[in-house]
Amino acid sequence: MPIPSPFHSRTSALCHSMLWKDWAGYYAVRYYADCHEPEYFAFRHSAGLLDVTPLFKYEVHGPDAPSFLARIMSRNVAKLKVGRVTYVCWCDDQGKVIDDGTVSRLEKHYYRVTSAEPSMHWFERFRRGYDIQIEDSTTRLGALSLQGPSSRAILEDASDADLGALEFFALTPCRFGHIDGWISRTGYTGDLGYEVWVRSEDAEAVYDAVMEAGRLHAILPAGLDALDVARVEAGFVMNGVDYFSAHHCLIEDRKSSPYELNLGWTVKLDRAPFVGQEALRRELESGSDRRFVGLVIDWDETERLFNSYGLPPELPLSAWRDGRPIYARDRQWIGMATSGAWSPTLKQNLALAQIRSEFAEPGTRLQIEVTAEYRRHTVTATVASLPFFDPPRKRA
Amino acid sequence: MSYDAAIIGGGHNGLVCAAYLAKAGKKVVVLERRHVLGGAAVTEELYPGFKFSVASYVVSLFRPGIIRDLDLPAHGLELLPLETAFTPLQDDMGLCRWVDPERSRREIARFSVRDSEIYPEFGLTMTKMARFAKGVIDSPAPDPASLKPSELLELWRFSDELRNADPESLYMHLKLFTMSSVDFLDQWFESDVLKAPMSVSGIIGTYLGVRSPGTAYVLLHHYMGEIDGAFRSWGYSKGGTGGLSLACASAAEALGAKIRTEAPVDHVLLENGRARGVVLENGDEIRTKTVVSSCDPNLTFLSLVGEENLDADFVTAIKRYKLRGSSGKVNLAVDRLPRFPGRDGSAHLRGDIAIAPGIDYLEHAYDEAKYGDFSSRPYINVVIPSVIDPSLAPPGKHVVSCFVQYAPYHIKEGAEHWPAKREAFGDAVVETLAEYCPGFEESILYRQVLTPWDLEQQFGLTEGNIFQGELSLEQLLFQRPTAGWARYRTPIRNLWMCGSGTHPGGGIMGACGQLAASALLGSGEL
Ligand SMILES: Cc1cc2nc3c(=O)[nH]c(=O)nc-3n(C[C@H](O)[C@H](O)[C@H](O)COP(=O)(O)OP(=O)(O)OC[C@H]3O[C@@H](n4cnc5c(N)ncnc54)[C@H](O)[C@@H]3O)c2cc1C
Repeated sequence: MPIPSPFHSRTSALCHSMLWKDWAGYYAVRYYADCHEPEYFAFRHSAGLLDVTPLFKYEVHGPDAPSFLARIMSRNVAKLKVGRVTYVCWCDDQGKVIDDGTVSRLEKHYYRVTSAEPSMHWFERFRRGYDIQIEDSTTRLGALSLQGPSSRAILEDASDADLGALEFFALTPCRFGHIDGWISRTGYTGDLGYEVWVRSEDAEAVYDAVMEAGRLHAILPAGLDALDVARVEAGFVMNGVDYFSAHHCLIEDRKSSPYELNLGWTVKLDRAPFVGQEALRRELESGSDRRFVGLVIDWDETERLFNSYGLPPELPLSAWRDGRPIYARDRQWIGMATSGAWSPTLKQNLALAQIRSEFAEPGTRLQIEVTAEYRRHTVTATVASLPFFDPPRKRA
Repeated sequence: MSYDAAIIGGGHNGLVCAAYLAKAGKKVVVLERRHVLGGAAVTEELYPGFKFSVASYVVSLFRPGIIRDLDLPAHGLELLPLETAFTPLQDDMGLCRWVDPERSRREIARFSVRDSEIYPEFGLTMTKMARFAKGVIDSPAPDPASLKPSELLELWRFSDELRNADPESLYMHLKLFTMSSVDFLDQWFESDVLKAPMSVSGIIGTYLGVRSPGTAYVLLHHYMGEIDGAFRSWGYSKGGTGGLSLACASAAEALGAKIRTEAPVDHVLLENGRARGVVLENGDEIRTKTVVSSCDPNLTFLSLVGEENLDADFVTAIKRYKLRGSSGKVNLAVDRLPRFPGRDGSAHLRGDIAIAPGIDYLEHAYDEAKYGDFSSRPYINVVIPSVIDPSLAPPGKHVVSCFVQYAPYHIKEGAEHWPAKREAFGDAVVETLAEYCPGFEESILYRQVLTPWDLEQQFGLTEGNIFQGELSLEQLLFQRPTAGWARYRTPIRNLWMCGSGTHPGGGIMGACGQLAASALLGSGEL
C-alpha cells in the first residue's frame, strides 16, 4: 500500500481522474483530468509540474565524499564542480548496471545522489575506510519537476534564483519567499526544465507558490503518463522497463552493461579504480553484444496493415512498456523493443529497443511485431539515433 | 466385495493415493481409524460454532498438479493465500511483512535499512535455489545404489541441474546443506527481529535449534510454497485444513473409491511373506491384492506388520528412524480479535503471527527442550484463519491456532507424564502470548491443549512427530524412511507405503500419496 508524498494534499485535490500508480511505494498520479495529452503538451509548450519525491535521495558528505562516490559511480564525480549535476549509472563487479541517477555537488564535500531504487546497502558496502556520512533523505526532502518552455519564467517569479545564469545541469540554492530550497536545471523530459528540492515540511507552501506563479504561464499539474511519452521522445532509459537492475535478474542474460544501454558516455575508464572498471574495460575492447537504439516504426506499413482488416491504425493511447520482439529481415530474433509511444510532436510511432550490435547502425531496416485484429504481424522499424526529439531550448 | 488395494489411514496422503488408484480403474478401500477423515489435516468443531484446524493449519506445498488431476475445486477445495507475516514485540509495534514489497521495505527499515534493501535480493536467490529443490519434490527419490540405467539417468539429471547451475548457486547449495539457519541468515542480514522469524522455518517439526547445523536447507521450503503453481506464499484451506482432506475424499469417492471411518486396522494379513489384506480391530478380514499404509514407518512395521515378520537389519533401521516429536498445539476460541500495541484493525492478522522476538529467545527455548522440559517461553506460530474465512467461527468471534515449539515428546519425567503437565504447558503458551498482547487471556472462551503425547494418541503419530519422522537431511530423499526403501515399496511383497514418512516427506503436499500411487500402478502388482 503506497504512502502519500509531502505534496499529497495538493496533488490529491487536483487529481480528478482518481488514477494513481504506485511509484517506489508512493502514490503517484497517472494523469489529472481526462487524459495525459494536455499534460504532455504542457511539457512541450508551457510547463507541467510533476511530483518526483519518490526518487530515492541520498546525502553523501564528509572529507572523503568525492573519492568515495568516484569509486562507485561510472563517472569521476570527484571532478564535478560545486554547483553542478551529472547523470551517472553504477555497476556491479561484472560491469552490469545496478541503477542510474544523478549526482549533484552541493558543496565541496557534500553530494546528493538520486536513484530509482533503494541504494543504501550498495553504497554502505563500499564505505569502509572512507571518512563520510550517508543519509537517506528520501522522506526528508520533497522534490518537484517543472518541465517545459515556461518553466524558467515561472520559477523566476516563484523564487529568488537567477535562472538566466543557471546552465544546463547546474544547481543553485535559492529561496521561495522565506523558504530555503534548491533548484537544478535537470529533468527527464528532454525539454527546458528544472527540479526543485525542499524540506518536506515546506512542500505544500512551495507547491502553492509554483502553481500561483504558473497561473500566468499556463502551468498544468502533470502525471507519469505524460512523462512516459516525453521520456521516450528524449530517449531516456528507465530502470525496470528498458533494463533490469543486476540485483534483480534471475538470469545473466537479463543484465545490461552501460554500453548496451547507450550510457557508455557516462563511463570514464581511465582513472583510479572503480567498481566494474575491469569488466567495462574488457567489454569496451571486445565490443558489446547489444546496443540500445531508437526505432521509428513505419507508419504507412502500419496503416496498410490495419486497413487490410478494414480498420484505421490502432495505437495504444499512452506509452507502452510491455516488450515486443524485433527481427532482422530473415525473421531471425535479434532483440526486443522495451518501450515506445506515439510522438504527438514528431507524428512518429517510436520505440526504444535493445538489439544485437551488428544491427544497430542508424538507418538499418528491421521488423517489429505488431498485433492487428488479434493476429501477429511485423512491420518495418528503422533504427534511429537518440534522442528522437532534442530542441535547442533544452540546453539554452 | 473384493478390492485391489486397501489403504490404511484416511489422512490426506491416503486419500490422494486412493483417488489416483481409483482414477486408474482400481477398486480401493480406505480404512480410517477415527470418526473423521484427514489425519493431521483435519477440521473439527471442538466447541459449538467454532471449527478448528486441530493439527496442521496452513497449506503450502500441496502439489498444483494434484489439484488439476483430481479436479479438487469441483470437490470444494479453496485455497486462500496468507497475506502477512507479523512478529510482535513487547515494547514496540513489531515487524509486519506484507504482500506489498515497498511496505515491507519500510517496515524492515525501522530495524535495518540495509536489511530492508537486501530482503528482496535474498528472496530472489532463494527462489533460484528453490527451483532445483522443486524438481525433487515432484519426482520419486533417485536411488544412488542402483545400476539400472533409468536410475542412473535420473540421478544424473538431478546432479546435472546442479552442475549447470552457476558457481554462486552451487556454493549456495553447499551452504544450505551444511549450515544452521541462523548462520545462513547471518550472512545476509543484521537485524535480529527479521532473522528470528525467518530462521524458524528451519526448525519446524525437528528436535533441533535455529543454530543447529543442517537447518538452513528447510528455509528453502518457504520459497517453494506455492498456490496455483505460481511461486507464492502459504495459504489457508477454506473450512480449515480438513476442507482439503474432504475435497480429496470427495474426489476419491467420485472416482469409485470406498471410504470407511471408525475402521481401525489391527494388523496386515500376511501369507507366505506377502500382504494379502488387513484385519480390523473388530476382527473383520478384508482381503486385497495389495495393502498401502499411510501410517508412519514405526507404526506400519513395528505394530501393523510386526517385528517378527521382518528382517532384523530392517527392523534396526526402522527403530533408528528419528521421530522424537518436539511440538505441540494450542487451539483457542476467543470472543474478540487480539490487539497488539501500535497496530489497529486486523490487516496485520490476516497471515501468520510469530512469537519469535530474537534469535537468543529461540535458542533459549531449545535449551530447555534439550534437557527434557517444554519451553517456558516457546516459539509460537499463531494464525487466526477466521479473519479471512468467516465460516469458522460465529460473527465477531475467532479461532486462534497456536503451533508451539518446543514441547519434546521425551520429557524428563517420561512421555507418559505429559497428561499431568498438559495444562501447565497450555498456561505457558497463553502467558507468553499475553506478554505481547496484553489482556489476551480474558478473550478466551475455550482451550484445547495438544502435547506430543496427545498427538500420538489422537492421530497415531509415533512420538508425536508432526511429519511422521523428522525432516532432517539424513532422513530425506533416498533415505526416507530408510536407505533402499524410498520408493514406496517395503520388504513385504504387496505392502506399500504412502504417508509422510516417505519421500518427499511431511507437510500437506499430497506428493507422497501421488508418487506412491504411480509407483504402485507402474509395478504391475495390481
Ligand atoms: C500439530 C501439527 C501441525 C502441523 N502443521 C502443518 C502445517 O501447518 N502445514 C503443513 O503443511 N503441515 C503441517 N503438519 C504436517 C502435516 O499435517 C502432515 O505431514 C500431513 O498431514 C500428514 O499426512 P499423511 O496423510 O501422510 O498422514 P496422517 O495425516 O498422519 O494420516 C495417517 C492416518 O492414519 C490413521 N491411522 C493411524 N493408525 C491407523 C490404523 N491402525 N488403522 C486405520 N487408520 C489409522 C490416522 O488416524 C490418520 O488419519 C502438521 C502436523 C501436526 C501434527
